[in-house]
Amino acid sequence: MTSLAEQTRTGAPPEPGGRRRSRAARGRPRLYLSYGQDMALLNTRPKRTAVIGLVILAALLPFSMPDDLLHLLALGFVATIGAIGLNLVTGYAGQISLGHAFFLGVGAYTAAVISGDPDGRTIGFGITFLPLWLLAAGLVAGLTGLVVAPLAVRLRGLYLAIVTLGLVFIGLHIFREWDSVTGGPGLGRPGAIPEMFGINFAVDGPAMTRDQKLYLLTLVLLLIFALPAANLARSKVGRAFAAVRDRDMAASIIGVSLTRYKLLAFAISSFYAGCAGALLTMVIGFFDPTSWNLQLSIEYLAMVLIGGAGTISGSIMGALFITLLPRLTRELPALMPFISDSVTDMPNVFQVETMLYGLLIIGFLIFEPRGLYGIWVRCRNYWRSWPFSY
Amino acid sequence: MTELVQTLVRGLGSGCIYALLAVGFVIIYKSMRIISFAQPSLMLAGAVLVSYLATTVGFYAAVALAALGIAVLALGIERSTIRPLVGRPIFVIAIVTIGIDIVVRVIVNGFIGLDVRQVGDPWGLKTVSIGSVLIQQRHLAMIATTLVLVAVLFAFFRYTRLGLAMRAASFDQEAALAQGVSVGLVFATSWAMAGALAAVAGAFVGTGAGIDQLTWIIAFKALAAIILGGLDSLGGAVIGGLTVGVVESLVATYQQDWAPWLGQNFAVVSPYVLMMLVLLIRPYGLFGTPEVERV
Repeated sequence: MTSLAEQTRTGAPPEPGGRRRSRAARGRPRLYLSYGQDMALLNTRPKRTAVIGLVILAALLPFSMPDDLLHLLALGFVATIGAIGLNLVTGYAGQISLGHAFFLGVGAYTAAVISGDPDGRTIGFGITFLPLWLLAAGLVAGLTGLVVAPLAVRLRGLYLAIVTLGLVFIGLHIFREWDSVTGGPGLGRPGAIPEMFGINFAVDGPAMTRDQKLYLLTLVLLLIFALPAANLARSKVGRAFAAVRDRDMAASIIGVSLTRYKLLAFAISSFYAGCAGALLTMVIGFFDPTSWNLQLSIEYLAMVLIGGAGTISGSIMGALFITLLPRLTRELPALMPFISDSVTDMPNVFQVETMLYGLLIIGFLIFEPRGLYGIWVRCRNYWRSWPFSY
Repeated sequence: MTELVQTLVRGLGSGCIYALLAVGFVIIYKSMRIISFAQPSLMLAGAVLVSYLATTVGFYAAVALAALGIAVLALGIERSTIRPLVGRPIFVIAIVTIGIDIVVRVIVNGFIGLDVRQVGDPWGLKTVSIGSVLIQQRHLAMIATTLVLVAVLFAFFRYTRLGLAMRAASFDQEAALAQGVSVGLVFATSWAMAGALAAVAGAFVGTGAGIDQLTWIIAFKALAAIILGGLDSLGGAVIGGLTVGVVESLVATYQQDWAPWLGQNFAVVSPYVLMMLVLLIRPYGLFGTPEVERV
């Protein structure tokens, strides 16, 4: 019940059904009875059912799939967290960042140092409690993002892209040279060790294998990370990001502080990247300082663009698609005999795979700028009005 | 003293490579307001083309043919992928050029193979001595070629009709269109010129040690150069390129003695550090025009 005082203050009677935002009019999924209902995370019943169904399906998957596929999916989930981070800064706030690999690396090394073996070849503190190193990885990366952000605040568009690109090269140099932390190129160091409530997720257990445990863990983490991002995107902050993206001049005139929101976008994005980097090394198990290169940044950019810039579900689709792509192209030699699976021959799968990144980026940007999400929207709209064309 | 002069000449030599690439970046930027991230792959393609042609027609003819070939390739790329995107956000076009870079580079890498390829240049690592100073011949060749090319370019922009049209289109595209300038031709020319310059730069990158699949990374230092000079200044690009080359070479010579804590091979990243420092002081580079915005 709204109190009388509040009612007089707002000067309007309480809206009927305004509180129960979940209750939509029967048979009219697109009729919104209140603003809250329109802005809700899952604003229609089919959406709600589908999301719950998908989560249940994903949770049941590890008991019916081979371990190597689960491993790949776990990598995909982690990549999704990173892609969501990049999407926040590039898709929502419109700041092109080619430096994502650097922040992934910062997070990865923070987590590896905190959870690493204290007696090992590289620095480690032996604190393997997962939430702790995950949070630390995110925070350190986020702070690094804040340090770099002043440059970003002063620069726009392509200047920013080039500076973040330079960041990747500088980061790569630091990772290569600081071998007490990173193990040095060619040697590397083990990734973060995930331990929580007495369970070590990174080794085979009596009930479940390593990959099954990691799959479930990353699935839960993905949900934990995706939800705040989706909420952020539909909040005041998300709208401010969109305003900065669409026209920064106009945004600053209507009172959106450019400095503040660009800083915020960079910090949050780097936080997500740091967490994703830490989790990535956790799933892979061992990593080399040279892996945080420009190629990785471009891969994440491809995830965001192919999935759909400015949508969380797009990031999920894009990241899973890009992660599963190598697996799909490995099947090509069986279908097309002229493609070889050896590195030394001319059209080989690795070339096809790399080229597909490029071609997919070009193709999507020219023909479907909204990415996989856009394709999904078109399918949905087609079936919504089926059998009529509009 | 001898060491310093040798370092400076080495720096000017490699700076010329960056300058050529940077001028290519700037020409495209001035005509279309985008940065073509496809330049590294075009540079590599040029170098590979030279390495294949040099065995049959000789190095000099190979460079000329490669410049022509890559110019045609760049024309094709511009016409097929970039032109349909005109009017879309610059961000989109820039990312598409990253996609092009990946595709071209995969194909070119196939022709490089896993080993180092020699481009068949006549200089190798041979040196001439001027007084007590030893200078690599290839660096002298680079400096001479760049001087000639840059002079030709400036003359082109200053004295020819097309050069004037390109300057006009870069100044105000709509006004240029209204005056009968073919903006499409301007786009095409700028890409072709950038491609040719990249090919020449590639050939020079390959002199001495040869090229391998990682050579394309070098081209990104030219990005640091154009940031130094400002995205829309041709002269700035040349000066930026030379500065980057000299700084890199100075760091390579003296950093181990003066600042060993920066680690080995710090010279490789010094252009990017320099770029960030400059941007902190001047967000639009040393010679770039600050953007004035109207709502």
